[in-house]
Amino acid sequence: MRPSAVRLLNILVPIKRAVDYAVKIRVNPEQTGIDLNVKHSMNPFDEIAVEEAVRLRERLKDAVKSIKVVTIGPPKSAETLRTALAMGADSAIHVEIPESAPAPEPLAVAKTLRALIERQKEGVDVVILGKQAIDDDAGQTGQMLAGLLGWSQATFASKVVVDPELKVANVTREIDGGLEELRCKLPVVITTDLRQVHLTASSHPVDFHFFKEPRYASLPNIMKAKKKPVEKLTSAELGIDLTPRLETVKVTEPLKRVGGGKVANVDELLAKLKEVGITGKHA
Amino acid sequence: MLRTRTSLLSGALVRNYAIVASPHSLVFLEHRQGNLDSASLSALTAASQLGGEVTGLVIGNPEEVSSVVEKAKRLNGLSTLLHCASPQYGTLLPETISPLFEKLLSQNSHFTHVVSAHSSSAKSILPRVAARLGVPVVSDVTSLEHDAASGSTTFTRPIYAGNAISTVCAPFSIPIKFFTVRSTSFAAAGAEDAVEIEVKTLGPIEISDAPTEHIGTSLTKSDRPDLGVASRIVSGGRALKNAETFQSTLYPLADALGAAVGASRAAVDAGYADNSLQVGQTGKVVAPELYMALGISGAIQHLAGMKDSKLIVAINKDPEAPIFQVADVGLVADLFEVVPEIVGKLKQ
Repeated sequence: MRPSAVRLLNILVPIKRAVDYAVKIRVNPEQTGIDLNVKHSMNPFDEIAVEEAVRLRERLKDAVKSIKVVTIGPPKSAETLRTALAMGADSAIHVEIPESAPAPEPLAVAKTLRALIERQKEGVDVVILGKQAIDDDAGQTGQMLAGLLGWSQATFASKVVVDPELKVANVTREIDGGLEELRCKLPVVITTDLRQVHLTASSHPVDFHFFKEPRYASLPNIMKAKKKPVEKLTSAELGIDLTPRLETVKVTEPLKRVGGGKVANVDELLAKLKEVGITGKHA
Repeated sequence: MLRTRTSLLSGALVRNYAIVASPHSLVFLEHRQGNLDSASLSALTAASQLGGEVTGLVIGNPEEVSSVVEKAKRLNGLSTLLHCASPQYGTLLPETISPLFEKLLSQNSHFTHVVSAHSSSAKSILPRVAARLGVPVVSDVTSLEHDAASGSTTFTRPIYAGNAISTVCAPFSIPIKFFTVRSTSFAAAGAEDAVEIEVKTLGPIEISDAPTEHIGTSLTKSDRPDLGVASRIVSGGRALKNAETFQSTLYPLADALGAAVGASRAAVDAGYADNSLQVGQTGKVVAPELYMALGISGAIQHLAGMKDSKLIVAINKDPEAPIFQVADVGLVADLFEVVPEIVGKLKQ
């Protein structure tokens, strides 16, 4: 066996169980929150992060030693972990919180993840998570984790190329008005944006294709997932207080936008525009 | 969760005095090619609403900073202006910028709030800094109110793609309150202030061993107004068939109206338009005077990005398309027939 100078990569993917993106949100009558008795699923951005990790392994093969997923959530979050295991993660960690507990804030999540990472005997080289959760739309956790660890960070990533020998990740990210490329020394925290560009096996720049959808777990993979290990922990064991620092005063419905009528033709449409002073702009 | 008692004080920062200090906010003023970003000027307006003092912060490379400082000096609402220049600040890498913020906000600082636009740079930087200081961040704020007596600040912000509004209170126990601001909710501060404000130079903190290196940036070039600040937007959806058709159909209309061009997520995913044109929950949030949605069905996530527009006009072949529920003016028609007709008549 030849000795390997390449460090094998351990990837950690934090995921969140959230109200499904297609659900029509309803604020509860007490105005304390939304009706949570609805369908939940893995936060779509985290699904993309899991997919990204699995694709990194497809490309780097044995250089990826492990893909671990982790969630901080109530007992039902176990289902979300199983979905990620069925997509290709090797093992999972469930930091279980009571059903009635409020969702932890990004800083508390970041502190928990840091504590977990510090416990990993084999270390963690790449943390990939979604750029935001579609429930709170906060978009902070990845950056906070990178800050707590003092690691490199690459947010809103649309293309990730990891070189295990050089121990760097080249990340293309979406910024206001375009794209930016960063070279990040491992270990790194990456947050995924909606669209992922993947290189094919030849890695030639022209051979890339736009990412279609995260894979749906096949039945054999779902069966295999049932046997993959899920470690259960509490925040107390990790020494983290998940109590929210911000107080939610109330949750309300936004001002409802009422649609206007339909017009019959272009002339009527233009007349409506003219009423509010919108005419052609002469260059 | 209603009014939970928060007794946890951050280990990094502790209020040393019992009297509630008057607010003093630090506003991150971003800039591009010598001009201040309009979204940062909205952040300045928000900071002014807190009351108390407002200090602006300009960071960049030496060539840019001096001309930006000249413009920033006259901004309405600023009490002081800090600036810091170094070649390493030519690109805003969170890993190199964060130490500067941390130094400014360290134990003896008088700052009570840190404010920025909800821009891709600020979103990447502020949470990193806040976490290192042990405090939370409130993202994408649409309104705020500071209670001087209790030293607490209450914010509203959209959640669930804007389908609910959350009112959250950051109590006195949070020593520095970080927040990013939704630019469409706060008017950009003007620059007519005749008062001479204090301008101070900050020494940069040179980072020699940053783990991250900037390789390159590619910005989509356009002569059209910037999507984030345009007062008129013409936006296309999946019905536009392909990139060529998207451009040949929409661009003449945008030109005739002097409008920016936007796109739905479906259109961007299908490759008809660049990522930077995406309007929606996970793209840009806009609130122009006129938003024309062409061949856009009106998914929740798209509406999240444009439903605060003054006038929404929708053209779609499907009379049941959800977009018609929010459009002020709806036309059920084949956009490929009517758009050229509109362009022709607008030019008359």
